[in-house]
Amino acid sequence: MSRTSRRDFLRGLTLLGVGAATGVGIVRAGQDDTVWQIDPMKCIQCGRCATHCVLAESAVKAVHVHLLCGHCDLCTAFFEPEPIDLNTGAENQLCPTGAIERNFIEEPYFSYVIDEPLCIGCGKCVKGCEMFGNGSMFLQIRHDRCTNCNACSIGDACPSKAISRVPASTPYLLKSTH
Amino acid sequence: MKRIALTLLLLGLATGAAWAEERFPPPEFETGYELPDTATPPPRTLTWERIDVAVLVLALSLATWLVLRKRSRRGVAWLGVGSLIYFGFFREGCVCPVGATQNVALAIFDSSYALPFCVLMFFVLPLGFALFAGRSFCSGVCPLGAIQEVVLLRPVGLPDFLERALRTLAYVYLGLAVYFAATGAAFVICRYDPFVGFFRLSGGFNMLVLGGCFLLIGVFVGRPYCRFLCPYGVLLDLAGRLSRWRVSITPAACVQCRLCEESCPYGAIALPSPRRDARARAAASRRLILLLVLLPLLVSVFAYLGSRAGKPLSLVHPTVDLALRVAAERDLSDAKASDETVAFRKTGETIVDLNVRARDRQAAFVAGGWWLGGWIGLVIGIMLIGLFTLPVRIDYEADRGRCLSCARCFPYCPTGHDRRRTLTGGAA
Repeated sequence: MSRTSRRDFLRGLTLLGVGAATGVGIVRAGQDDTVWQIDPMKCIQCGRCATHCVLAESAVKAVHVHLLCGHCDLCTAFFEPEPIDLNTGAENQLCPTGAIERNFIEEPYFSYVIDEPLCIGCGKCVKGCEMFGNGSMFLQIRHDRCTNCNACSIGDACPSKAISRVPASTPYLLKSTH
Repeated sequence: MKRIALTLLLLGLATGAAWAEERFPPPEFETGYELPDTATPPPRTLTWERIDVAVLVLALSLATWLVLRKRSRRGVAWLGVGSLIYFGFFREGCVCPVGATQNVALAIFDSSYALPFCVLMFFVLPLGFALFAGRSFCSGVCPLGAIQEVVLLRPVGLPDFLERALRTLAYVYLGLAVYFAATGAAFVICRYDPFVGFFRLSGGFNMLVLGGCFLLIGVFVGRPYCRFLCPYGVLLDLAGRLSRWRVSITPAACVQCRLCEESCPYGAIALPSPRRDARARAAASRRLILLLVLLPLLVSVFAYLGSRAGKPLSLVHPTVDLALRVAAERDLSDAKASDETVAFRKTGETIVDLNVRARDRQAAFVAGGWWLGGWIGLVIGIMLIGLFTLPVRIDYEADRGRCLSCARCFPYCPTGHDRRRTLTGGAA
C-alpha cells in the first residue's frame, strides 16, 4: 500500500470539492453570455450615466428610434423649455454639447439625429422627449464602447436600478411600436 | 404651423398618454423621406472572453514551467510584463480571478444568478494550478501583481509581528467581499480595485490617488496589495499549502549558507527555527494550549459582534437604503425627493412591499454577520497562535502558502550556481 500523506489527502479532498462545484457551475452556467443594458422603462434620466462610467467618455449614449418620433417642429428633446426662437441656435438647444442634428424634411416635420461622438449620455434630451413627446429618445449602453465590467459602475449608482445584464444575443432594449 | 406641435402636445397631456400611446403619431412623409435606422453596434467583448481563458491557461502553464522546471527569474519577470500588457492594459483588467470570487459567492447564495462560464474558469483555473504547483498565478499572470512587481525598487523587510498582523487584513477583506457579494449589496473588490484605473487610463480621482499610494508604498514594501489585501491571494495561499510540487530555493540540498535570507522581498522565506531549551518549549506549548482554549471564545465574541453589525452594514444594500429614504420622505413632507424615491414611485410598487424586501435583506445581513464575525475571530485567533508558538524547521524554505513564485531567491543559492556550472561543464 502506498503512503498517503496528510497533504495528499487534503489536496485530494479539495480537488474533489472544487471539481464537483465546477461541474455544478458549468451545468448551471448561463447558456448565453451577458452584457449590461439600461431598461428605458425604468430609467428616470437622473444624469448619472454621464458621470459614473469608468470610461472618461461614458459608454451610455442617447439613441433615437425614428419610427416612434413625431418629427415635431417644437421638439421638447431639442429645444430649451422656453426657446427664444425655433432654430438651431445654441441658446435654444437643450443638449449641452449640441449633439442633436435638426433637419427640415417637409412641412411641418423635422428629423432629429443624434451625433453619437458628441453625445455624453446626460439624458437631458431623453427627459424632454419623455415628458412631453413620444419617448422615442432614450439612453442605451453602446456596446462598441462598453468594456463589460464585472460590476457596472453606473449600475451601482443608478437610482432606479435600471441597469442589469441581458443576453448578448439581444444586447439592446429598444422601445418599439408593439 | 409652428404651433401645431404645441396644440398636439397639450392634447397629449390632457389624455395623460404614456409613451406607447404616441402623443404625436409618427407622420407619413409625402416626399419619400426614409427613416434612418437606429444603429446597434454588437458587443465587442464576447469572443475576447473566450480568448482570455485560453491565454490564462497558457500563461499559467508557462509560469509553472518557468518557476519549477526552468527556475528562471528573468522568464517570470518578462511573463509578468506580458500579462500586465495583455490582461491589464489591453483587456483593461476585467474579468479577473480576484473579482470572480464575488461572482462565485453571489452564485452560491443567489440561485437566480447564472454564473458565466468564463468567470467560473477564471476563478477555478488559478486555484487548480495552485493545488499542484503553488501560486503560479501570482508569479507572472496576475496584472495587479505585475504592476506592483515593476515598481519594487528598494525592498525593505517588515518585522514578523507586523507582517502577520497585516496579512490578517486580507482574510478580513475576503470575508467582507463574500459578505457583501452574497447579500447582493455590492462587488466591493471591483469598486475598490486600486489599479484598474491605471489599466483603463481613466477613473475616479480618489481611486487613482489610492492606486498611486499603493504603488508608492510598493517601491519599498513588496506587493502590498497582494500580501495584505488581496482576497483571492488568501484562497491561493490556502490551496498553495496543499500543493503537490513546490518552489524550493535550492535545487539540491540546503547548505545553510544564509545567502538567500534577504533575497525575498515578500517575507516568504521561512528561516530555520533556533534551538530552544526544554523550558522555552514547555512555555510555548502551554501558550498554545491556552490559545486553543481561548479560540472558541474569541470566535463566539466576534460572531456576536458581527451579528450586531449586520443592521448598520445593511445600509450598503440599495433596497434597504431605498426603504429608509422613502420612510424619511414620508415623515418629512417638505423633504426634497431624491432620484431614488422618484424612481421608486415610478415603479408603482407599494411601500409595504418595499419594506418586506428591505427587511428580508436586513435579515440576510444579520444572519451573514454571525458568519462574518466568526470568520474574523477565527483568523485573528489563528494569527495570534502563529505569533506565540514556535515552529520547528531545519532548512531555509519558501513558505508554501506565502511564496508568490517570483523566482527572486533562485540566483542567490550557491548550490544552484554550482549545479549549473557542473551541468554546462559536463555538456561541453
